[in-house]
Amino acid sequence: MKTVNLTCIGCPLGCPLTVEMDGAEVKSVTGNTCKNGDKYARKEMTNPTRIVTSTVRVSGGHLPVVCVKTATDVPKGKMFECVKALRDIEVSAPVSIGQVIVPDIAGTGVPVIATKNIRSV
Amino acid sequence: MKEYDLVIIGGGPAGLAAAVAARDAGIQDILILERDNELGGILNQCIHNGFGLHTFKEELTGPEYASRFIQQVKERNIEYKLGTMVLDLAQDKTVTAMNREDGLFQLHPKAVILAMGCRERPRGALNIPGSRPAGIYTAGTAQRLVNMEGYLPGRKVVILGSGDIGLIMARRMTLEGAKVQVVAELLPYSGGLKRNIVQCLDDFGIPLKLSHTVVDIRGRKRVEGVTIAQVENGKPVPGTEEYYECDTLLLSCGLIPENELSRAAGVQLNPVTNGPAVNESLETSIPGVFAAGNVLHVHDLVDYVSEEAGAAGRHAAAYIRGGEAVTRKTLPITCKDGVRYTVPLSVRPECLDPEGTMTLRFRVGAVYTGKQIAIYAGDKLLYSRKRKIMAPGEMETVELKSKLILDCPEAEELCVKLEDA
Amino acid sequence: MHVYDVIIIGAGVSGCAIARELSRKKAKILVVEREEDVCCGTSKANSAIVHAGYDAKHGTLMAKLNVEGSRMMPQLAKDLDIHFQVNGSLVVMMNEDDRPSLNDLYENGLANGVEGLRIIERDELRAMEPNISDDAVAALYAPTGAIICPFGLTFALAENAAKNGVQFQFDSEVTDVAPIAGGWKVSTVKGDLETKVVVNAAGLYSDKIHNMVTDDKMTIIPRRGDYFLLDKATAGFVKNTIFQLPGKLGKGVLVAPTVHGNTIVGPTAIDIEDKDNTATTQAGLDDVRAKCGTAVKNLNLRQTITSFAGLRAHEARHEFFIGEVKPGFVDCAAIESPGLSSSPAIGVMVAGIVDGILHLEDDPTFDGTRKGILDPKTLSMEERSELIRKNPAYGNVICRCETVTEGEMIDAIHRVPGARSLDGIKRRTRGGMGRCQGGFCSPRVMEILSRELGVPMDQITKSGGESKLIVGTNKDTL
Repeated sequence: MKTVNLTCIGCPLGCPLTVEMDGAEVKSVTGNTCKNGDKYARKEMTNPTRIVTSTVRVSGGHLPVVCVKTATDVPKGKMFECVKALRDIEVSAPVSIGQVIVPDIAGTGVPVIATKNIRSV
Repeated sequence: MKEYDLVIIGGGPAGLAAAVAARDAGIQDILILERDNELGGILNQCIHNGFGLHTFKEELTGPEYASRFIQQVKERNIEYKLGTMVLDLAQDKTVTAMNREDGLFQLHPKAVILAMGCRERPRGALNIPGSRPAGIYTAGTAQRLVNMEGYLPGRKVVILGSGDIGLIMARRMTLEGAKVQVVAELLPYSGGLKRNIVQCLDDFGIPLKLSHTVVDIRGRKRVEGVTIAQVENGKPVPGTEEYYECDTLLLSCGLIPENELSRAAGVQLNPVTNGPAVNESLETSIPGVFAAGNVLHVHDLVDYVSEEAGAAGRHAAAYIRGGEAVTRKTLPITCKDGVRYTVPLSVRPECLDPEGTMTLRFRVGAVYTGKQIAIYAGDKLLYSRKRKIMAPGEMETVELKSKLILDCPEAEELCVKLEDA
Repeated sequence: MHVYDVIIIGAGVSGCAIARELSRKKAKILVVEREEDVCCGTSKANSAIVHAGYDAKHGTLMAKLNVEGSRMMPQLAKDLDIHFQVNGSLVVMMNEDDRPSLNDLYENGLANGVEGLRIIERDELRAMEPNISDDAVAALYAPTGAIICPFGLTFALAENAAKNGVQFQFDSEVTDVAPIAGGWKVSTVKGDLETKVVVNAAGLYSDKIHNMVTDDKMTIIPRRGDYFLLDKATAGFVKNTIFQLPGKLGKGVLVAPTVHGNTIVGPTAIDIEDKDNTATTQAGLDDVRAKCGTAVKNLNLRQTITSFAGLRAHEARHEFFIGEVKPGFVDCAAIESPGLSSSPAIGVMVAGIVDGILHLEDDPTFDGTRKGILDPKTLSMEERSELIRKNPAYGNVICRCETVTEGEMIDAIHRVPGARSLDGIKRRTRGGMGRCQGGFCSPRVMEILSRELGVPMDQITKSGGESKLIVGTNKDTL
């Protein structure tokens, strides 16, 4: 048995959660004041995910970089890999919001898309 | 120069939403004046996600959120001028502005909406002792460099202040390859959202030191290190100093509404918010001059900025159509017992929609648990609502039924306070 | 190797004043400077005051040059287009017991030849300055006291010197000065130079340069002064420069308007060791905080937009040290307060000494006038529109707080000597000097510098040398 402490992000209350783990399995969640805390803790312990946002170089645009995001959340442990995979990528202006920059980032199956329009100059 | 019914100063989230709402309320000649080279304001550099849950029911990044409103402005053919700095607003609503194409020009609109946003508190205003080398940035300046231009302002970073921009930048700089060593916060609590503390600091093992501040900055040409110490009763505690070697200090120590134009025009300001004192119609002390968004008071979520600015746009439209409202009575709205300020600061009952509500926004001065928000007209309790927790970092909103106010014709003022639940 | 007639070491206000005076003559003159720009040492961080000249002890060189400098300043400001204002100064007495000191100061001022001095009593004082302390008893009033932009003065002198043929070489710390046949070899980190005459105007380092050539050693002690600069919203808080008469309550700090409408409060006087350490300290700032409310009331330090410290080049004798100490080696050392006020007279005096050595011919092409960077705010609406039509950069506001346009910044960059850094832009145009302290405009000023100077963004600095503002690009180390 292992216990892990988390802070719930569901609301400003920020309940201190204690999660009892048996291997990869959540045995119990305590410290939460509502069911969202329980749900959050279980997700964080079994499959934590995040949206990753970053930038990618643009040539010939009104700005030198375009901001991007993973179209959906990716495993938390893959955040750095996703950013690293963007390091050597350069796209040409114009770029439009939603444009796919990388179809499958770091083997997650999730595309990285542009989040801003970049004009050609 | 063509004249306009409504001039909106600022093309950020507030200005855009105000313009859309005013157009939808029937105002044709609207002009947005934006000092930057694109619409969207500060959202353009807020590339993280988490915007728009209230407005669009989905999580967008800042530029995506802005683009939705920019789209609406363009669909409505609302005019705007970029790279345009407003130099002066006169009491008679004459707007003096300047840009490369039109030179210096004046406009004489029937109504003006102030939507200039806010700026960050710089190092100078924080009175941090030490040297003044390169490498000290407000979090927002660093955010612009990293997110819009792709430049890293530093590699080893200390952040002072745990406002949301500072937290967000801790994550951004980490992901782009910098090492963020610590975030120091003067107060015993963070002004940032819980979610940001967890996902921007905890995710990357960045420590947050509450009740700590920077007491010295070293480095002649570029920052070489900063000293952080614990704070008690606002004073650094001797013996608690810790030196951090770093090349960058980011400051996220509060936002100040940008009201230089408003002040020069004679708009009355609320010293607590540094924003205009407005009535229920978000109208300032100058009739026909309205304010919304961070220029009025610093918001926590952009969704509320858009909502507030939409209301300002509708009220401005009503003013343009009907002129100045003649009313017999104005009730001041006061606050006490933990409530720091309210927007609006006064209400003219005759100007309320009897079937509608009055939106009241405010912030509390400390972290409160188990309290209720109570609104009184004299001794009469109009409204109360229990809140599990209230914190200075989060704006509170109450939709107060107009009828409740209209049913108290004798009332001389409204008072918003916190009470034991 | 170039052979110069005169090498001036130091591009502070003294060095630039000397250079400008010498540029009246036919001579090959070079100013060498350790930093990347003029006005980077003592000249940049001080009270921005032109002292009337009652304070320096009668009979000293300091007193003589202060009074002369103060008399020359109005015409110089006109000729060189410098922000300057005769606002008057008041030395406020807080305690009747200090009356003898006030009278002594008055007498000293009379002896020095300061015009218009008089002692005013409580009621008149209050009428002149509504925010004067209720406890103020009387004051010495000096109507010729003035305020000036210290950057503006130094840049104007340097530009006018350059216009008349003086060369400037920056980032060139002097490592040695040694006699050679017919003059001196001046070694710098950028190479050796030869000259007939050396002028040592090295400010805080004037002892180091002096000690390179003589055994009669000198020691300059950096004396730090901490200051607060308040927002322009405080404009008009005081009209005169308010000093506190040294007395029972100590020396006090001054409260003064600046020519740009800010209020300046300070300085402390703390002797330190490191000549490069202009860091403020908590104790220093607390000291100013504690003292600033004595002579005035209602001063709101919450309006502070920045705090800073400057170092004065103090020497134990508290006297300017000007003269030819070795044949062809002229000291202009230990120039502490009132050095800024004295600078025009220092320039004349040192140029005279150099001329006495070299017997230089007048240069008939000398032009003693200079136009400052055009401030569009001084133009009418029509003139301003016309200016923008001709040059749209004047319609592009970069610094929002001080309303400084791209046009002014481009002008600052292409002057000689021109701005090469954020601080260079700031001190010439005030861009970044307002209440947000460059938060909004820094990235845009960096772009303008990069474009106009043709250097990449990552080479743009705050103040030259290692003060780079950008250290890399996103993900470059991943």
